[in-house]
Amino acid sequence: MKLTLKVWRQHDPSSEGSIETYEANDIPEEASFLEMLDIVNNGIIEDGGDPIAFDHDCREGICGACSLTINGVPHGKESAITTCQLHMRKFSDGDTIFIEPFRAKAFPVIRDLVVDRSSFDRIIESGGYVSIRTGSAVDANSMPIQKDDADTAFDAATCIGCGACVAACKNASAMLFVSAKAKHLNSLPQGQPEKDRRVLKMVEQMDKEGFGNCTNQYECEAVCPKSIKSEFISELNRQYAAATIKEAIG
Amino acid sequence: MAQKKSDTPDAKIPSGPIESKWAKHKMDSALINPANRRKYRVIVVGSGLAGGSAAATLSELGYKVKCFCYQDSPRRAHSIAAQGGINAAKNYQNDGDSVNRLFYDTIKGGDFRSREANVYRLAEVSENIIDQCVAQGVPFAREYGGLLDNRSFGGAQVKRTFYARGQTGQQLLLGAYQALQKEISAGGVEMHSRSEMLDLVTVNGHAKGIVVRDMVSGEITSHAADCVILATGGYGNVFFLSTNAKGCNVMSAYRAHKRGAYFSNPCYTQIHPTCIPVSGDYQSKLTLMSESLRNDGRIWVPKNAEDIGKPAHQISESDRDYYLERKYPSFGNLAPRDIASRSAKEVCDAGLGVGNGGLGVYLDFADSIQRFGKDVISSRYGNLFQMYEKITGEDPYSQPMRIYPAVHYTMGGLWVDYNLMSNVPGLHVLGEANFSDHGANRLGASALMQGLADGYFVISATLPNYLVEETPGSVSTDMPEFREAEERVRDRINKLVSINGSRSVDSFHRELGLLVWDKCGMARNEDGLKEALDKIPAIREEFWENVCVPGDSGNMNKELEKAGRVADFIDFAELLCNDALHREESCGGHFREEYQFTKDDPEVSSGYTNEGEAKRRDEDFAYVAAWGRNEDGTLNLKKEWLEFENVKLATRSYK
Amino acid sequence: MNLTANSFIKFYGSSIGKKVIVALTGLALIGFLLGHMIGNLKVFAGPDKINAYAAWLHSMPSLLWMARIGLIVCFVLHIYTTIRLVLENRSAKGNRYSANATVKASGASRTMFWSGVIILSFVIYHILHFTARIGNDYDGYIDASGRHDVFRMVVDGFSWWPASLFYIISMSLLCWHLSHGFASVFQTLGLRTERTWGLIKATGYAYSSIIFIGNCSIPVSVLAGWITY
Repeated sequence: MKLTLKVWRQHDPSSEGSIETYEANDIPEEASFLEMLDIVNNGIIEDGGDPIAFDHDCREGICGACSLTINGVPHGKESAITTCQLHMRKFSDGDTIFIEPFRAKAFPVIRDLVVDRSSFDRIIESGGYVSIRTGSAVDANSMPIQKDDADTAFDAATCIGCGACVAACKNASAMLFVSAKAKHLNSLPQGQPEKDRRVLKMVEQMDKEGFGNCTNQYECEAVCPKSIKSEFISELNRQYAAATIKEAIG
Repeated sequence: MAQKKSDTPDAKIPSGPIESKWAKHKMDSALINPANRRKYRVIVVGSGLAGGSAAATLSELGYKVKCFCYQDSPRRAHSIAAQGGINAAKNYQNDGDSVNRLFYDTIKGGDFRSREANVYRLAEVSENIIDQCVAQGVPFAREYGGLLDNRSFGGAQVKRTFYARGQTGQQLLLGAYQALQKEISAGGVEMHSRSEMLDLVTVNGHAKGIVVRDMVSGEITSHAADCVILATGGYGNVFFLSTNAKGCNVMSAYRAHKRGAYFSNPCYTQIHPTCIPVSGDYQSKLTLMSESLRNDGRIWVPKNAEDIGKPAHQISESDRDYYLERKYPSFGNLAPRDIASRSAKEVCDAGLGVGNGGLGVYLDFADSIQRFGKDVISSRYGNLFQMYEKITGEDPYSQPMRIYPAVHYTMGGLWVDYNLMSNVPGLHVLGEANFSDHGANRLGASALMQGLADGYFVISATLPNYLVEETPGSVSTDMPEFREAEERVRDRINKLVSINGSRSVDSFHRELGLLVWDKCGMARNEDGLKEALDKIPAIREEFWENVCVPGDSGNMNKELEKAGRVADFIDFAELLCNDALHREESCGGHFREEYQFTKDDPEVSSGYTNEGEAKRRDEDFAYVAAWGRNEDGTLNLKKEWLEFENVKLATRSYK
Repeated sequence: MNLTANSFIKFYGSSIGKKVIVALTGLALIGFLLGHMIGNLKVFAGPDKINAYAAWLHSMPSLLWMARIGLIVCFVLHIYTTIRLVLENRSAKGNRYSANATVKASGASRTMFWSGVIILSFVIYHILHFTARIGNDYDGYIDASGRHDVFRMVVDGFSWWPASLFYIISMSLLCWHLSHGFASVFQTLGLRTERTWGLIKATGYAYSSIIFIGNCSIPVSVLAGWITY
């Protein structure tokens, strides 16, 4: 396959970036999108240029490191996959492909296609956990949990923290990410004692990080590689309002 | 074997019956009072199951922890990719499981090359791990009654595996990650992500710090502490193609080895039989598919070379070789991992492999689909079939899957004693990075168990034994040892960026990987290993003369990161091949073609085992190989002879 | 008391809090739309009915003014909070993509701000036209019973086709706005579940359609000559 790539190049966080054009020749259809970039990078290195920097690690769709916006859609337009699971056979010979970083003010570009997503870590740090000390747990089966609740908690917990939801959102809102963690922990009995605090703190941190506001457009849900549902956002809205009222009336 | 003990590094195994060793050891271990704990600084390198859980737990206890990872977030450590599950001797299923049985299965599965005391402790704490993880909110699979579900895994006869769909590693890692974030927020852990450890600093022979490169700014910094914990995973990427993440590397462990830590049993590498085959030279990694597929799939290749290239359905039944069913009639397609992997290699070596490059065998579900119907097969394997289809673009319902073995896990690692401390005082090693619990072969669902056992429960109890002898805060980065280490690191980086050669880092890594895979992969022999040992120095020489690392070291430079790792993989490959060459026996993940059962062996004629099975030589090799370095850098072998007081050594049999 | 106030101030400062305000005020306005439409439809019952209805409303000025003030507060809060959200969102997105794509977001959801701006201008015109009656002599329309002749005002008002056209265009935009807004209220207030979501969205479309058809039937009928005096 022969492709024309329009790639965002930016030397460092403070410099201005721009779209550069690269020709990718002899790309095998079986290659993954990242392997296609490997091939292009090899060519750039052989020509004495600077290879395109991008984040990636497991290359099997679970670590959440890869983060490209392909033709305007985070992880590309195929549904429920990450960039590393996208294969070149989904493109046609001669295609022009735009490759840009995940864009959001809370995800500043570090270099080329690499962005800083540490804001997600700080959101989890603010309350996305159960405060249990190692060694203090009771027997695992002492607290039965309805299978449906456990399954729902899993559906939410499957989030890989890639940030595609933010990148796709017209407002760069992190509500899908935050609501997934809230749903995971708040739907389990273990998460109950800290439920209100968790919701208030995580939303506060989310706002502080400069993410935008959800306007119920569901782009996040459409691009999420793990198909996290937007109804979790609705639930977070309710829990946040309820927690505020509880806090207000004491 | 008493006379052989003279060169054994001291494993510090507590005395007494195996059931009470851990309890006794904890009782005998030093304690540090809470007010003093906060004076001690601990460095943890790696944020996976072992590192993340250790950093969180030590911080909870009051130690001042600094944790480092190369990923952009600790949540992305490669533990996240583990699919199957985690073993624990809970016996919730009432099917006769016990600590003792898990202990025995693990020793046997490891082909009698692991330390009894460590494995027993692992089985003991396995129960606490499940309690801990459930309390953190890990959403394990449950039954309708609300209690935890279990499945049997990796050929175990009891159902002891806890799982969270096919994403158990992810859920456990997120549990550890959340615990870590909680401690970061509490101020006990200072997290450094996108930070790569480039050297270990020893002061008076004790591990007291590390040198780190900030992968965003390129800045080199030193960090001093009262001890160092490495939890940096395995070295599977020495083969270039493996199921490991692209960033997984041996650098931290190998740097520690260069500073004096013994490296143990590197030749024990686990090859997983059911991975998606390589489809071309561009391929960057291999993807594992659950072994459960072998329950309903039949493995075959064409009998005749002329049928290769034909669509599978055009090859008649009589022209197919169901080689596992033929060679192992009783186990058939469910033969153990190492046997299934080696058999696939044999048929492909004989030129009968299918697919691109002839490196693949069919895993055919046609019979099962006919017998049970497509719906049943889809309900059992739907997500795996979908994953296969996504990657290969082929529909496994209508044509057989192609599979090939791939490097998956490495049992070898830095040598540690019962306290998980290496021979370098202060240097502790956890998880896949150490060698301790899996012997020559790891059982399914045991890696997660070991990582978390080490991190949550073992290190917190054993670390004080070292720390109590140390004055907290006795070293600082002003000391000459740190400046020297930083110099070494800078020199190496400057060298790498100034070579300006013509070959990419990846091209060297691929060349090395292919060589090591060919000569020290699924099956090894003396000639091949010697050939590899001849060729590796040439690769190293060309690397240091002709590698191209574009850009400079003062900012994010992915090629520079890779170059440092590949440089160490090259050196490490030599160690790996030397270990494989010296171990003149076959056991677990190390198969020497010279040492296998033949039809002349009484075990085969009596029907106890099969031809082609790994042949151990317990008299000569029932030891842990602990490789150190002499002054001049040459290898020097120490042997820790293994004592089996509770388990009788026996030939593994799959009859 | 101070702590209680603090909680609500923090709530309004948060992203979710502001959205909840937009949703609640939106809900109030949605409710008003239905009531207003039902009242207006009395025009089909003839001059006596609608004039009586208007007179009845004006017979309790304090209640009427409370309702009006309530509506104004909702309206202002709805708009002011939305503007704040829009500004925050613009700044949160930062650099835009060179290749822009939309996967799922509806056209209505992406144009809420602009449909809102046009609806606002319509509302101002509408109030000047029929409530404040500036630039016309509708104040002087008195029916036989001495009541304000709303019927005649409506017929005269819509007989000028540009006014009717603007009204119809604004109504279609209002319903476009509602087609996203109605379901959004439930999403934002956390009243949505997986099972009810389809029903909520369908109700939203039905509601918007009813408002559109109901309201537009009046100018159409006037222009068609079905309502006349």
